[in-house]
Amino acid sequence: MKTASIETHGIVSSSRRNFLKLTATAAIGGGLTLGFGLPTRGEVRDSLTTDAPFAPNAFLRIDRAGNVTFVMPLIEMGQGTYTSLPMLIAEELEVDVDKVAIEHSPPDDKLYANPLIGAQLTGGSTAIRGTYVPLRRAGATARVMLVTAAAQRWNVDPSTCRAQKGVVVHAPTGRKLGYGELVDAAAKLPVPEKVALKEPGDFKLIGTPHRRLDTTGKVNGSAKFGIDTRLPGMKFAVVAASPTFGGRLVSVDEAKAKAVPGVSQVVRLDDAVAVVAIHTWAAKQGLAAAAPQWDAGPNAKVSTADIVAQLAAASEKPGAVARHDGDAAAAIARAAQKIDAVYEQPFLAHAAMEPMNCTVHLTKEGCDIWVGTQIPGMTQAAVMKLTGLTREQVRIHNHLLGGGFGRRLEYDGTVRAVQIAQQVQGPVQVIWTREEDIQHDMYRPYYYDRLSAGVDAQGKAVAWSHRITGSSIVARYFPPWIKDGVDPDAVDASANQPYGFSDIHVDWVAQEPPGIPTSWWRGVGVTRGTFPVESFVDELAAHAKQDPLAYRVALLDKNPRAKAVLQIAAERSGWGKPLPAGQGRGIALCIGFGSFIAQVVQVSVDKDGTVNPTHVWCVVDCGIQVNPDTIRAQMESGIVFGLSAALHGQITIKDGRVEQTNFGDYRVLRTNETPRIRVDLVKSLEAPGGIGEPGTSCVMPALTNAIFAATGKRIRKLPVGDQARTEA
Amino acid sequence: MITLNVNGKPRNLDIPEDMPLLWTLRDVLGMTGTKFGCGMGLCGACTIQIDGQPTRSCITPVSAAAGKQITTIEAIGATPAGKRIQRAWLALDVPQCGYCQSGQIMSATALLVSKPKPSDSDIDDAMAGNICRCGTYPRIRSAIKRAAGVTTTGVLDVVNAKEV
Repeated sequence: MKTASIETHGIVSSSRRNFLKLTATAAIGGGLTLGFGLPTRGEVRDSLTTDAPFAPNAFLRIDRAGNVTFVMPLIEMGQGTYTSLPMLIAEELEVDVDKVAIEHSPPDDKLYANPLIGAQLTGGSTAIRGTYVPLRRAGATARVMLVTAAAQRWNVDPSTCRAQKGVVVHAPTGRKLGYGELVDAAAKLPVPEKVALKEPGDFKLIGTPHRRLDTTGKVNGSAKFGIDTRLPGMKFAVVAASPTFGGRLVSVDEAKAKAVPGVSQVVRLDDAVAVVAIHTWAAKQGLAAAAPQWDAGPNAKVSTADIVAQLAAASEKPGAVARHDGDAAAAIARAAQKIDAVYEQPFLAHAAMEPMNCTVHLTKEGCDIWVGTQIPGMTQAAVMKLTGLTREQVRIHNHLLGGGFGRRLEYDGTVRAVQIAQQVQGPVQVIWTREEDIQHDMYRPYYYDRLSAGVDAQGKAVAWSHRITGSSIVARYFPPWIKDGVDPDAVDASANQPYGFSDIHVDWVAQEPPGIPTSWWRGVGVTRGTFPVESFVDELAAHAKQDPLAYRVALLDKNPRAKAVLQIAAERSGWGKPLPAGQGRGIALCIGFGSFIAQVVQVSVDKDGTVNPTHVWCVVDCGIQVNPDTIRAQMESGIVFGLSAALHGQITIKDGRVEQTNFGDYRVLRTNETPRIRVDLVKSLEAPGGIGEPGTSCVMPALTNAIFAATGKRIRKLPVGDQARTEA
Repeated sequence: MITLNVNGKPRNLDIPEDMPLLWTLRDVLGMTGTKFGCGMGLCGACTIQIDGQPTRSCITPVSAAAGKQITTIEAIGATPAGKRIQRAWLALDVPQCGYCQSGQIMSATALLVSKPKPSDSDIDDAMAGNICRCGTYPRIRSAIKRAAGVTTTGVLDVVNAKEV
């Protein structure tokens, strides 16, 4: 058997001993600083290509006042990491969660002797999975050193001391010393090589709901996103890239642009133009007046239909084999009946609420960049390459992200802003309009999935064959992950599907769309794969005239966690109870990012084909829960995000350009369209899984399976749009 | 020269009359709590209040606000309804990325003033213009009801979900 698994790439546990190494240093101004390494996907990539010595990329600092600061490379984009990560430290350090302040790295190089290494990346639902052990170890190590320092001060056995709420107590005498009074002594101690971590049964914080620590500024307007950067003398620039992919700027009416009051400059680039002004409004007016003319370039005739035709043709040929159990082709050939289906998923934009923007101040001495990014390290490297500046000269000031969803795993917006800043004196904020943001995204790729199954005389499926055709993001982003021609992300949900078919064949055909940039989008390959897999299983159940839940459960003997979430979701939803005509329930399973999710969607379909999802029941087994309320919030979020895409989302290409422009024609779910959502969590002692993405992955097939239950119409192509119209 | 009353303070500004309030607040006055989202009144991220009415500042020229009271997210907490809404938002951990929440809170506060006990359909009507890509809608609904003192009932309320 041959399987491709993204979980094998070191996200969950890094075997690099160095990542677990802790170094203690006396911080400037006193106190204790522990430096340690957090494995991230970016660093895994670096570890494949470099043999750099270990340098810590996260720091736990306790000062003489007892303040705890955690300096780290992961970012907050709404997913709650700025609460859940301090919980992991506080649990073992024995301090209150709100005593742990977070500082985003890159740190001040003068304060920390070791520069950051490699690329940092927040994405792939990895934050908890990558830090669950290292952060607890860091907290426990600091606690042991502080307790040891106290015991030495009192000249007692450390085992007679205990730590609680930032204080070391000598139990027999009741003597107490605060952490702040112990940090200087602790910093002189050797770092213990081994520390015992708590057993889950002893957790006081992990597994309890905790209020988010980052919300106060988000309800009074004081939270600072990249777009909120304000600097003395800062100018504002509005940018327009060539409307066709690969087009070139031919001319602009500079005089007309400069005639707009407040406009100071027109910046011409090969494939874009920017107008610089005293405020965004003047820049916007100036850009309209500039009326740029473009050479449409090599992709001037590209349309969605061409791209789909290319995918369909490519999917006729065998691909790189991702999984091969038994002989699916032979089993299908000799089966009583063969069932075939083609599933299609469109290009999608991210449409994060904060439009793309980046503020740059480029001088001879260096380049300061204010932006919200999921990849500060890679962004820094790209700017170094563009400007010829050194690492120390390129300073990324990272901000809260007004939504990530994968869009801010790319540095194209920052590179564009620096290109503009190269022609502007002083700091400049470059803003993309919403239209620019939607028309120059890096899109979730169009995917074309061809599925076949052999069915015996009793209706039982005996073999499964799945060919996945589309753009490979991994090939561009993480080339070393491609093994034997297989993109492990693209095939993940099918190659690692849990159903017990005896013969399974999954293969992969890479087919890039001409000129259209593609990238990560919430749920990555798992989202693209779960829709066809869970839809086709539903088709097989319908063909066998079996209940979709019972059909799945019968194929999940070897997967108790998957079976359990399905059964609980069904039970919560009232599965099997009759519904009025025009209503239906659909179920789907998603295994990804180390988590098991099942969802039941209930829909009501109007006579005109309008689909109203009214209820979603979601059951999550993500192993050990760090902050249960954050898990619920991420499920609610993922469900709304996935429903937006499944019901309405598509980017279409005509004459080489994106047809959609703004929220009017790129519809997303609004509050009046949002179903009631109930999330239940399964208690588990398994390793913690990711929760940012699978909620999105699961809801799309659950929705379309519900539409099938309500109307008999099988949706094989997203978005649903008006396909549920029955009279048509 | 135009005079605007922003959060109770008169501001004399040398700006074009057709300049939207959004850019005036953000780029001229440096008040960045009000957010740019779409520029066309489609997403609600830029919502402010003019004489208490929720208003999309990205499509409202400054001339339309002359002589009126402009209230932004920076000052809404000083009003009784704004304070109740902010407290409910914190109690239910509504914000995720947080970017749209200024606009959500400005719309929700105006709703609470005009309808102290809003129904679900009142909430739909008042809040449908405010997009949230993080999908915080269920919690926004619950938080508005909490701020209004309306009992949240029903097994599907997110805050009532139980562990299994």
